[in-house]
Amino acid sequence: MFDQLSDRLQATLSDVRSRGKLSESDVDAAMREIRLALLEADVNFKVVKTFTATLKERCLGADVLGSLDPGQQVIKIVNEELTGLMGGTGSELAFASSGPTVILMAGLQGSGKTTACAKLARFLRENGKKDVALAACDVYRPAAVDQLVTVGGRVGAHVYEKGTDADPVEIAAWALEQARTERRDVLIVDTAGRLHVDQELMEELSQIRKRVKPHDVLLVVDAMTGQDAVGVAEFFAEAAEFDGVVMSKLDGDARGGAALSVKAVTGKPILFASTGEKLEAFDRFHPDRMASRILGMGDVLSLIEKAEQQIDEDQAADLERKLRKNQFTLEDMLQQMRQVRKMGPLSGILGMLPGMGAMKQLKNADIDEGQLDRVEAIILSMTPQERANPGLIKGSRRKRIANGSGTRPQQVNQLIKQFDQMRKMMRHMASGKMPDAQQLAAMSGGAQRPKVRRR
Amino acid sequence: MVERLEHEVEAGTVPADGEAVQARLIEILAEVAATARAPIDLSGEPAVLLMVGVNGTGKTTTIGKIAWHLSKEFGLSVVLAAGDTYRAAAAEQLAEWADRAGAELVRAEEGADPGAVAFDAVEAARARGADVVIVDTAGRLHTQTNLMEELSKVRRVIAKQMPGAPHETLLSIDATTGQNGLRQAKIFAEAAEVDGVVLTKLDGTAKGGIVLAIADELGIPVKLIGTGETLEDLRPFDPTDFANALLAPS
Repeated sequence: MFDQLSDRLQATLSDVRSRGKLSESDVDAAMREIRLALLEADVNFKVVKTFTATLKERCLGADVLGSLDPGQQVIKIVNEELTGLMGGTGSELAFASSGPTVILMAGLQGSGKTTACAKLARFLRENGKKDVALAACDVYRPAAVDQLVTVGGRVGAHVYEKGTDADPVEIAAWALEQARTERRDVLIVDTAGRLHVDQELMEELSQIRKRVKPHDVLLVVDAMTGQDAVGVAEFFAEAAEFDGVVMSKLDGDARGGAALSVKAVTGKPILFASTGEKLEAFDRFHPDRMASRILGMGDVLSLIEKAEQQIDEDQAADLERKLRKNQFTLEDMLQQMRQVRKMGPLSGILGMLPGMGAMKQLKNADIDEGQLDRVEAIILSMTPQERANPGLIKGSRRKRIANGSGTRPQQVNQLIKQFDQMRKMMRHMASGKMPDAQQLAAMSGGAQRPKVRRR
Repeated sequence: MVERLEHEVEAGTVPADGEAVQARLIEILAEVAATARAPIDLSGEPAVLLMVGVNGTGKTTTIGKIAWHLSKEFGLSVVLAAGDTYRAAAAEQLAEWADRAGAELVRAEEGADPGAVAFDAVEAARARGADVVIVDTAGRLHTQTNLMEELSKVRRVIAKQMPGAPHETLLSIDATTGQNGLRQAKIFAEAAEVDGVVLTKLDGTAKGGIVLAIADELGIPVKLIGTGETLEDLRPFDPTDFANALLAPS
């Protein structure tokens, strides 16, 4: 797969500094790398062409040379341009001044509309819209109505449905009427997936739009879409006149160049990003983060946010107090581990760190989650007393814990040893002393350190 | 591929005029597309097919179509296993297809173990002497290690019920998918030993060029193509037609 763009650019431009002059051919070489990176990320080739042309101009004009590292400087420019192209920051949904706000969802089959409807409903409810309803207008795909009813129920949204025999345009109009009388805040209209070349269905979509006069029309685009994204967006722009885009399946490893292409060609902003199987995995779209992702530069901000969401502040304060008083127990260690793991598989978290792609031994590496599972199992096999005071654990207790957790007594021992070292170090820190290098080395050399396994 | 063509033109085996070069290019593309071609193996009694793929690529729809073809055109008795126990109403969706295709359906409640559903379906098919079992699975992104692990487990469970099964594992790939398709195929192949690709949604403007890379780099051939929403819209893959379509102006 594609290596870090920044590495390759640095290699390409490394000798520029020594010559002290950035020639047109240097820039051309850099542009070639960038072009490849963008194509690899599925950015539409026409968009790539215009984009690199603008970029070249800026690179030749800018003070690339004055900087210590022309490679980094070029990356910076690319990043800025990409972010700008994706709409800078902060595009918002339009809301009705009175009556229900109507949001119409459209997209190809399998792009994730029904799921996005439920996720959006949940998102809006979390953000101050009390009463969100859904309208089930996908009468074509088997069980699509059932699916919407189920996921709608999960997020606490009322679902207007008339089965699969009614006409989608009529269902939409009827649902809007209901939403008005029942004074809903928002009505989200789910529609059937359709191919942009299917004239009949595109006409139907256009009819629905005319009948319910939505405040926002959202196009759901799969982040894995390739070069075809532009064509799709153009057709949908014509029939549905969409106002914004929801990128779905961004939790995969696709770089999501489709986002850039759609924005560049239609000018419509990407409003939301859908990032996981769970209904909470849905948030505002951040162009700057997407730019970094397309360039393969990691996504520290998302990581920080993920951590903030998952870590309970009260628990954190409680932990801090315990640390200071040196009352940290195995039980606390277990809680800690679980919180970190809630953020997802460790390999995924590593992927968000910039520069990880460049670290040779971590490239394509997989953290052995099994190690962590074992630590968890060992602690869970202890009694509350043992967790609070591991000193109790001797011969027969050790054997029982090993049996209970499916490990060997040596492994139980290793864990306890490592825990002791950890406590020692914490005591030092609590008393204001920094742990010395030797202690740190002893800790990180502990047997329970997550092993890095080459894939 | 382009290099190979250049060589041939330089060596004079292909005349250096536009039409001849394009014709030869189509030949080369078709050749690559035909890598490791083999028909779908239905020799097992019952033959067990496992359908895997990323969310929204058309697994359930494809299963409906395959079931319909096998039962209506070849007169085979088909059992479908609703192994997508995760997504809301996935089993209902498959039930509808089973109904249309005249196939039997084995299902469990939402959240049940997909391996168990597959196991039961194969067991039921053997008991009733059915010809084919098709196992549906929940869509999953290939980056989710635990879900890929689950897929390997489904395979192992099926093999436990019937040694040698599943006889055919098909990966559905959406024709609109870009470069990421190659990653999908690679990781799914590692987890579930994919035998062939079903290229879906070819009735749009997307041409599914990524399957060339999949055939070339991983040696996994396309076996079927999906071209629409009705039961009949499933066809065997034809490398020459595919190569022609790739180069046709859209």
